[in-house]
Order: sequence, then C-alpha cells, then structure tokens
Amino acid sequence: MALSGVEIFKLLPKTNCKKCGHPTCLAFAMKLAQRQASLDACPDVSEEAKRKLGEASAPPFRPITMGAGNSVVNMGEETVLFRHEKKFVNPCALAVEVKDTDSEESIKAAVDALRDSELERVGQKLRIDAIFIKEVSGDPAKFSQTVLSISAQAPDMPLIISTTNPAAAEAALEKIPGTRPVLYGANESNAEAMAETAKKHKVILGVYAANLDALSELTEKIKATGVEDMVIDSGARTAGDILRDNTFIRRAAIKKSVKSVGYPVISFAQRDDHMLEALVASLCIAKYSSIVVLSSIEKWKSLALFTLRQNIYTDPQVPMQVEQKIYSIGEAGADAPLMITTNFSLTFFIVSGEVENSKVPARLAVMDSEGLSVLTAWAAGKFTASKIAQFIQESGIEKEISKKELIIPGYVSILSGAIEEKLPGWKVVVGPREANALPAFLKTMN
Amino acid sequence: MALAAPKETYAGRVFEVTIGTSKTAVFGGENVLPFHKFDGDTPHKPVIAFEIQDVAPEDWPDTVKEVYGDAASDPVKWALYCQNNLNAQAIALRLISTHPDRENRSADDAAKTVKAVLDSIEVPLIILGSNNVEKDATVLVAAAEAASSRNCVIGKAQEGNYKTISAAAMAQNHKLIAMSDLDINLSKQLGILITQMGFEKERMIADPMCSALGYGLEYTYSVMERIRLAALTQNDVIMQPPMLADIGMYVWKVKETQASEADLPKWGSLKERGIAWEAVTAGAMLLAGAELLIMRHPDAVRSVQKFIEEF
Ligand code: B12
Ligand code: SF4
Repeated sequence: MALSGVEIFKLLPKTNCKKCGHPTCLAFAMKLAQRQASLDACPDVSEEAKRKLGEASAPPFRPITMGAGNSVVNMGEETVLFRHEKKFVNPCALAVEVKDTDSEESIKAAVDALRDSELERVGQKLRIDAIFIKEVSGDPAKFSQTVLSISAQAPDMPLIISTTNPAAAEAALEKIPGTRPVLYGANESNAEAMAETAKKHKVILGVYAANLDALSELTEKIKATGVEDMVIDSGARTAGDILRDNTFIRRAAIKKSVKSVGYPVISFAQRDDHMLEALVASLCIAKYSSIVVLSSIEKWKSLALFTLRQNIYTDPQVPMQVEQKIYSIGEAGADAPLMITTNFSLTFFIVSGEVENSKVPARLAVMDSEGLSVLTAWAAGKFTASKIAQFIQESGIEKEISKKELIIPGYVSILSGAIEEKLPGWKVVVGPREANALPAFLKTMN
Repeated sequence: MALAAPKETYAGRVFEVTIGTSKTAVFGGENVLPFHKFDGDTPHKPVIAFEIQDVAPEDWPDTVKEVYGDAASDPVKWALYCQNNLNAQAIALRLISTHPDRENRSADDAAKTVKAVLDSIEVPLIILGSNNVEKDATVLVAAAEAASSRNCVIGKAQEGNYKTISAAAMAQNHKLIAMSDLDINLSKQLGILITQMGFEKERMIADPMCSALGYGLEYTYSVMERIRLAALTQNDVIMQPPMLADIGMYVWKVKETQASEADLPKWGSLKERGIAWEAVTAGAMLLAGAELLIMRHPDAVRSVQKFIEEF
C-alpha cells in the first residue's frame, strides 16, 4: 500500500539536518510520497525504514525480464488502465506452443517459422518473442531432450517451459543453465517443489490457479519461500474470463496496491479456429496480458497481431516520428527526382517503401511536422507553403541537384502555386494522392 | 489472502437503441465498459451490419468482391443475399454512386434504390451517404423520406450538413449517425448542436471516426474509450449514445488487405490477411466501446460474432 507523507515522515530520522537538500524531514517525506525524490538522498535513514519504504514504493507490477540472450522480453511495470492516461510500458510478448510429443520435423518447422517471423513495420523490428514448450509425454527425459534441442536450434529465444512435474522441470532446467526461462506449472499441489526448483535455477516461476482468489493466495505462499519473480495465470481461457480476470488484476495492483497479483499475466489464446485465436490474442494484447500463447504463427496472423500491439503500445502523447532530413533512396544522382513529405513515421515508411518499390533512385525530403500525417499537418498549419519553402532553402539541396523540381503529395495539390511563389526558380509537380501510385508515377518522370 | 474483486460501478448508462420494424436489432443499454458484465449490466450484444453499395463494388478488392460475385451486381439482390444467405442482423446501404466524383447520381435515384431495398428485406437498414458533405445533405434527406416509418439509421450527419440531415431523420422518425473527426470534444460539440435542434439524444449514434489497424487505429481506440468513460463516470448524457465503427471502408483500402503474397512473402496469405485485418480492427473497436459495426467480409463477421459469443 502506498504510504502518505506523514507515514513516511514517521520512519525518517527527524533531525532536520538538511543533508537531503530539503529544509525538514517532513518536506522530504512529502516529496517522497509524491515520488519526486529518492530515499537515497537521506544518508541517515535506518535499514528498517529502507525496507518498509522500499516495499511501499515498489511499482504495482513487478518488472521481470525473461530470457538472457540478445532478445530478452521485459514485462510488468504497467501503471495505468487506459492507454490515453499514459503510455503502456512493456508490449505483450507473443509465444508459440510446441509439445514434447510433436515430431522432430514439426518442432523444427515451428522453430524455423519462428526465426522467419521477424518483420519490419514503421521502422520497428517485430517478431514472435518466445517458445512455449509443453510437457505432454509424462517422460522427464523426453521433455528435457526436447527443451535442449529447441534451445540449441534457437539459442537466443526466450523459453517458457511448461510442466507440472517437478522432476521434469528439474531435468529440463539442468540442460539450459543461465537462460532465464519461465518455468510454468506451479499450482496448489506442487508449489513447494516447483518453488525450490525455480530458486535453484534462478528462473521465473509461472503460477497457475483455478481462479483469482486461489491465485492470490498461492503467490503469497510462494513468495514466502523466497521466490520473487512470477508470472501468473488465473485459469481464464474464454474471452470473457480473460477480460474479467485481467481487469481485476490491473485494478487490484494499481488502485489498491495489492501485491499478491502485481505480476505479469500469462494468457492462453489457442483455438482450433485461427481467426478466432487472432481475436482472442488481440484481446490479450489490448487488455493487459504480458505473454499470450498461440497455437501457431501463420504470417498473416503475426502481422495483424504485431500491428495491433504496436498501435496499442504507442505513446498517446507523441506520435511516432522520424528525423527531419533529406533521405536518398537508391543511388540518387544529381538528376534524381526530389519529393517532400511529413515526418510522421507511418507516412515516411509507407512513402519510402513505395519509392523503393519503384526502383527509381530518388530523394525524399522529410519535413518536421511534429509527427503528423500529410493532411493532418496541413490542416494544423504545419505543412504550409512557407514552411516547405524555408525547409527546402535551408537544406541546401539546391546545390546537389540539376533540376529544381519538387514533387508534392497529391492531397496538398492546393499548395503548388504558393510554393512556387516562395521558391523562385523552382517548379512544383503534383504527385499522386496515394503512395501506392508512386512507382508508376516515378517511372513516367524518368 | 483472498482477493476482494475490485468492481467498478458508474453513474451513467449508454442509451439503448432499437432499429428496424419487422425484424429489429437492439444495442447499447449497458452501464459498464464494453463486455464488463462482471461490473454491471450488458443487456445487448453488439450488432454487425453488412455493408452493401448502390453500385457494383468495382472499387473493392477481389478478396471481398468474389465472395458476393453476381449477387453484388444489384443492391436488392445483394441485400437479400446478406439477409438470407449470410444471416445478416442488419444491412448498411452506402449510396456511394451519388458522389460527384463518381457516377454523381441524383437524390431521386438514391431514394428509389433505398425504397427497392427496403421493400425486399426484413432486417433493419442503415442508409449511408457518399461522405460528400454537400451532396449528402440532399441525398440523405430524400433517402430518409423514402424510408419513412421504417425506423432506419441515417448517416452521416457532420458539422457541415447536420442541420438538414437531422431535420429529415427527425421528421421521418429515424435514428441518426453523428460523425466527427477523431476528437472527443468535436464529438461532444456535434452532439450538442444536433440535440439543440430538438433531435432526441436517445435516437443518436455517435461515430467518432473509425481507422484501420496500423493506420491510426490507436486514435479511434482512445477517443472511443474516453467517450465511453465520460458517459459512465461523469454521467455526461451527450456522450451516452451508442457508438458506431464503420470498419470495412477503412480496412479494405489499406495495403495489407491488397498486396499479393508474391510481392510480400513476409506478410503471408492475402486471403486470411485481409479477413484478419478486418476482424482484428473490429475486435479492437468493440473493446474500445463500439456497439454497432459495419463490415464487409462474411468470414470476418463470422469470426467477430464467435468472439462476441465468448464474453
Ligand atoms: C489520425 C488522424 C489524426 C490524428 C493525428 C495522426 C497523425 N500522427 O498525424 C489526430 C487525432 C491527432 C488528428 C488531428 C487533427 N486532424 Co486529423 N486525421 C487523422 C486521419 C484519421 C488519419 C491520418 C493518417 O494517419 N493518415 C495516414 C497517413 C500515412 O497518410 P498521409 O500522411 O496523408 O500519407 C498518404 C498520402 O498523403 C501519400 N503521401 C504522403 N506523402 C507523400 C509524398 C508524395 C510526394 C506523394 C506523391 C504522396 C505522399 O501517401 C500516404 C499513403 O497513401 C485523417 C482521416 C483519414 N482517414 O485520412 C484525419 C484528417 C487528416 N484530420 C483532419 C483534421 C481537420 C484534423 C484536425 C485539424 C481537426 C481536429 N480533429 O482537431 C486536427 C489537427 C491536428 C493538430 N495537432 O491540431 C482532416 C484534414 C481535412 C483536410 N482535408 O484538410 C482529415 C482528413 C479528417 C477529415 N476531416 O476527413 N488527426
Ligand atoms: S537528510 Fe534525512 S535526516 Fe536530514 S533532513 Fe533530510 S530526511 Fe531528515
């Protein structure tokens, strides 16, 4: 539970020595309560006060990192329920399920698909983040062998090892030391043994209970054994149950500072109907899961889910933007065409992608418009004739090109006369409205 | 320690709206966030309308066009196909051919099409203009008259044409879509202007402007969430009409629903990709607060309905 300024004050030395930079201990306590100061600033605070304050000031969702290689997954740290309040912090990881009873070929195919899942969208590299390896065989040797072989095939990929058998967990974890996987499968009947194994191998423990009440009790019990890093599963499987439990968990941790559910949530979206699976996974992404497990990763499905995740996790205050400058696409010589657009990431990547498609070497002048799209920037007065003229003049591009010709987006054709007036000696050409018409257009320019 | 379920209750409630006459559809009525039945009442499931046009869908991508085939050559046939073969809960007829840059058909022509469609179907009809502010002001008035007493939805009234369109919807006893540009304050302002004309707020449907997955979806998502929160927490009656997400027209023009797998092997099968794009956009809009959806691909509609059944 967050402490008030007065409660914090009671824990301070009360000497008003000012070493913290504040006139009194009380003033310092008030700043701490507002999270505008750090306890380190007071040199004389007692160990006990440190412990109590540390607990109270811990974030509502424990920050946890899964994996150890180049592609770790950060989870937790969320502070709000709605994205318009503040940026959601750590994007929901997508994991694909394989079973230790699957054939070697099908496991290899799954790992290959996973490696091949990476794509780039709006300048971000996106990929399936983890493999969920489920023990179905009942045979610890077989399970650990499967885990080892997958880990060898995809050494950097974070793993989620799923078994309720502590012996199988032990056997598997021994084979992959130092990889910091999730060991998923602690429940009411095996909690102690699983907690021991998790501690011994320093892994994250995945905790399952059949409902939220039982889950909250179980995490407290496990925490008392010394396991700090958990991901939690309330047993919700339908869309309605996932929404309910994830919402209750978010509210409890953030609004009521309930620590026993302040952990990243793992959800399961597997369905025979893959389109429905994509929708349930969308719910998990939008509504508070930290990991969602999928049955398969067709490319169309990952593309849609990556995109949704990107949308939900962008900063609501600052649109994604790229640097203002004149980009060369291909071997742009002095006679290459020059185009202008705004610095909204989406606009830039769509337009530059189409220019690449055209195979016509060209220059794309990207003007700072505070991350707004062409029409929005125009409507907001940030993509005007005088601003465009000034940007082109100050860029010095005139000296590098043989023909003073500027291609503008079709949607702002209305600007062409005014730009010509403000850029003496230049000719303005109105390009197509939609970027997908650019390849054909650029070819006719040549 | 057992967890005390942190439930929320709210002061406000979304208006319940019924459309159609012989067969009706009802949406809205909840006093909680979307699908939050664990907090309060969610009396109705969202309704999905199939989009059809008054001309053959030459401008739609092949993946959607081919589902309808010859049925789409005529609006009456198309509407019947949606109602009888696809079990549509409602139909949204877009009078796209009235746009001055398209066939520029007259308001009279549009009215005839509306009448012909209404005479043949039983499910509720949503009548949409071509989104040309001036032209819609005449087309939708004629359409509202042609549809008199059938309890249709007329749209969209915007800042530039709401007066004539709301007057017509009011006179002919229809429901009205009020569309504004992705901004909670603009949405509220339009709601105020329309109700000041005497149009009942309980008969309005708000369209805060949809956007496709990957193309501004986050803006619509957050504007809808904020509108719904204002309706519930502040009991702001102007924000309490149900919301519309007009999905198909935004989704089926983006690159992800058109580019072939040969051109972009990393994007996977075009057919599933297009359907997923429409379905995931719809899913996100539902979670943000939309109660009425307009969609194009029957497979996307079916998946979204299955998704709704899971709540
Ligand atoms: C999302 C959005 C917003 C977001 C901003 C998103 C952003 N980062 O820009 C928000 C909500 C903040 C917003 C605000 C406003 N918006 Co706004 N917004 C939109 C919306 C829905 C999508 C814009 C978008 O992202 N497009 C996608 C990008 C990729 O498009 P693009 O940059 O134009 O690029 C395409 C083409 O132009 C072309 N292209 C781009 N560069 C180049 C270069 C060359 C050489 C060529 C040939 C082609 C080319 O290729 C691209 C793809 O085809 C549009 C409506 C719509 N559906 O289009 C309205 C829209 C742009 N907004 C509009 C308006 C009026 C506003 C506001 C002034 C009003 C308001 N709501 O308060 C404010 C102004 C903002 C401000 N700061 O004051 C109007 C503009 C009206 C007009 N025709 O002038 C629109 C068209 C809505 C409408 N009324 O129909 N908006
Ligand atoms: S440094 Fe510590 S003891 Fe000194 S005034 Fe600040 S809070 Fe009080």
